[in-house]
Amino acid sequence: MARFLARRLVQSLLLVFIIITINFFLLHLAPGDPLARYYHPDIAPETIELMREKLGLDRPLIEQYVKWIWSFARGDFGISLQYNRPVASLLAESIPNTLRLTAGALMLYIIIGVALGITSAVKRYSLFDRVSTVAALFVYSIPSFWLALMLILFFSLKLGLLPSSHMQSIGIEGAGHFAMFVDRLRHIVLPAFVLGVASAAAMARYMRGSMIDVLGEDYIRTARAKGLPDRKVFLKHAFRNALLPVVTIIGLSLPFLLGGSVVIEKIFSWPGMGRLTVDAIHARDYPVVLAVNFIVAVMVILGNLLADIGYACLDPRIVYTRVGESK
Amino acid sequence: MDVLLKVDNLKTVFDTEDGVARVVDGVSFEVGHGETVGLVGESGCGKSVTALSIMRLVQDPPGRIAGGSVLFNGRDLLTIPEREMRKVRGNEISIVFQEPLTSLNPVFTCGEQVREAIALHQKLGRRESKRKAVEMFRLVRIPDPELRYRSYPHQMSGGMRQRVMIAMALSCQPKLLIADEPSTALDVSVQAQIMDLLLELKEKLGMAVLLITHNLAVVAQMVERVLVMYAGVVVEEAPVGGLFAEPLHPYTEGLLESLPKLGAPAGRLSMIPGNVPDPLNLPPGCRFSDRCPRRFDRCLSGEPPMFTVGRRRASRCWLREGGG
Ligand SMILES: Nc1ncnc2c1ncn2[C@@H]1O[C@H](COP(=O)(O)OP(=O)(O)OP(=O)(O)O)[C@@H](O)[C@H]1O
Ligand code: SF4
Ligand SMILES: [Mg+2]
Repeated sequence: MARFLARRLVQSLLLVFIIITINFFLLHLAPGDPLARYYHPDIAPETIELMREKLGLDRPLIEQYVKWIWSFARGDFGISLQYNRPVASLLAESIPNTLRLTAGALMLYIIIGVALGITSAVKRYSLFDRVSTVAALFVYSIPSFWLALMLILFFSLKLGLLPSSHMQSIGIEGAGHFAMFVDRLRHIVLPAFVLGVASAAAMARYMRGSMIDVLGEDYIRTARAKGLPDRKVFLKHAFRNALLPVVTIIGLSLPFLLGGSVVIEKIFSWPGMGRLTVDAIHARDYPVVLAVNFIVAVMVILGNLLADIGYACLDPRIVYTRVGESK
Repeated sequence: MDVLLKVDNLKTVFDTEDGVARVVDGVSFEVGHGETVGLVGESGCGKSVTALSIMRLVQDPPGRIAGGSVLFNGRDLLTIPEREMRKVRGNEISIVFQEPLTSLNPVFTCGEQVREAIALHQKLGRRESKRKAVEMFRLVRIPDPELRYRSYPHQMSGGMRQRVMIAMALSCQPKLLIADEPSTALDVSVQAQIMDLLLELKEKLGMAVLLITHNLAVVAQMVERVLVMYAGVVVEEAPVGGLFAEPLHPYTEGLLESLPKLGAPAGRLSMIPGNVPDPLNLPPGCRFSDRCPRRFDRCLSGEPPMFTVGRRRASRCWLREGGG
């Protein structure tokens, strides 16, 4: 286990290094100027050139890169060009919020997807199976921004049931822990649902297929021949085997969720990394964009690592070192 | 001998794209308490489906039991509620499958899979059921039973896995064990060990055994009575000695001729020419007529019923009409 983790760690570090390097150059080669917002008739071009010099943006790209990666390696993410604040403190504010949203979506989609998929498989070709098949396809093909707007329209504007933006109500801090918890829960329902629902639909399909495959296995017949009731056959003997291929898919869905959160956070004014990134890209705020990029890369790799470990825990045939070798 | 199992006119069909395949098409036989009966026949003749039908484990869809009865201790297993049937499976009737490699769940330990059956039927707690499971491992002569209890199926050889399956099947002292080609998938050297083990456990525990095989040589050593099955029906029934001495059905003759004989030049097995007919497309009259060397006019005009010959024998062949 330790050897497996060590190897994965080294691989991951290398991967992250490559990703952020590529990103650095892509970002700087793309058109745009971080100082563009100072272009103004009242500001002399010399002043802007002076700022450029002070920020080091006039240096050759390779020199900027070396300087940047060196401070990055020491854990210094630099200063945001846009807010004039340390990038680290901007991230510290927004990362937990994004994690909260993605974790909410992840939980929602796993629970809904797994439950629907298993029920469909067990009641194969029933009305339930048919309806959920069509519904899954439908949900999967809806653009999430449209779904978000429709849900806001219905639940927030028409019914007034759920808030349409932000993470919590203004002034809720003084209202006690429970009231605050409920308030936050109400705020997260819509964005987490929109973020997770497409994945839930995909998950339901994978889970159904996987479960149907497993139900045809010889060991399921053995479990029945033992006299076990259906519940045990499905939830003990079939479920754990059917979950195996799905665990990998959960790991792979992480980039999808994090990418999706960019749009969702913008729509729901969720103060997370996604919103920070969009704003930073618009402003060509290089240090922020690169730091976010780094964080997301780490999260995705971590997610896959967790999926691999989960897989190995579920399947006794997997030996940890082999997981590393197969990559 | 008291009748333990009485299968009467059992019919199991599969709904396929090309029509309804009558895979088991009116099988009747009896197994007495403590008796060992062999069910032999070529691959695809419906042996496994017969076994699964008795246990009510035929996958539905596409399979379905279309008629007949399976009396077990006088109770018709085909009509009792599923809840009752679950108390029979693994408890009063057990089955050992053809494929030891895939019949155990890969994500649970072998011990757990045996323990589960014991806990289920004997209403025992975790500790007690585990103790009994280890005892079963010892009974089927798995070395290091405590250690092997914690092994996963992939850590065991085929022979060991089949021993685990046997331990599981016998863990609740069933009255009937159905052994569906328990050794076919194993190495030749291991095959004999498994069959010896079964024979020994049968003597020790005294249950009845329905031994399914396509190997007549195995039957000769292990069983008292033989049922020969062809294309979904039993075509001959006889005590094992009589069957080998004087087969009463041309199909049985063919099977016996295809056995390797002492002194005969190796590699010159005479197989029965032709193939088992497709259940969707049976020949007219006798099911064996397209392959039978003794076919005559009568054979094509109608299907022969089971003719009893003497006290303990029967043959589904027009040649035996009138008990000859
Ligand atoms: N699920 C199924 N769907 C359709 N046909 C089936 C199914 N299962 C079995 N059959 C058919 O039933 C027939 C008998 O199968 P069965 O498994 O009982 O043969 P068998 O006598 O046990 O042969 P073997 O010696 O190979 O085990 C075969 O022709 C097979 O095609
Ligand atoms: S009835 Fe006719 S075809 Fe059938 S086995 Fe007897 S002799 Fe052969
Ligand atoms: Mg078979």
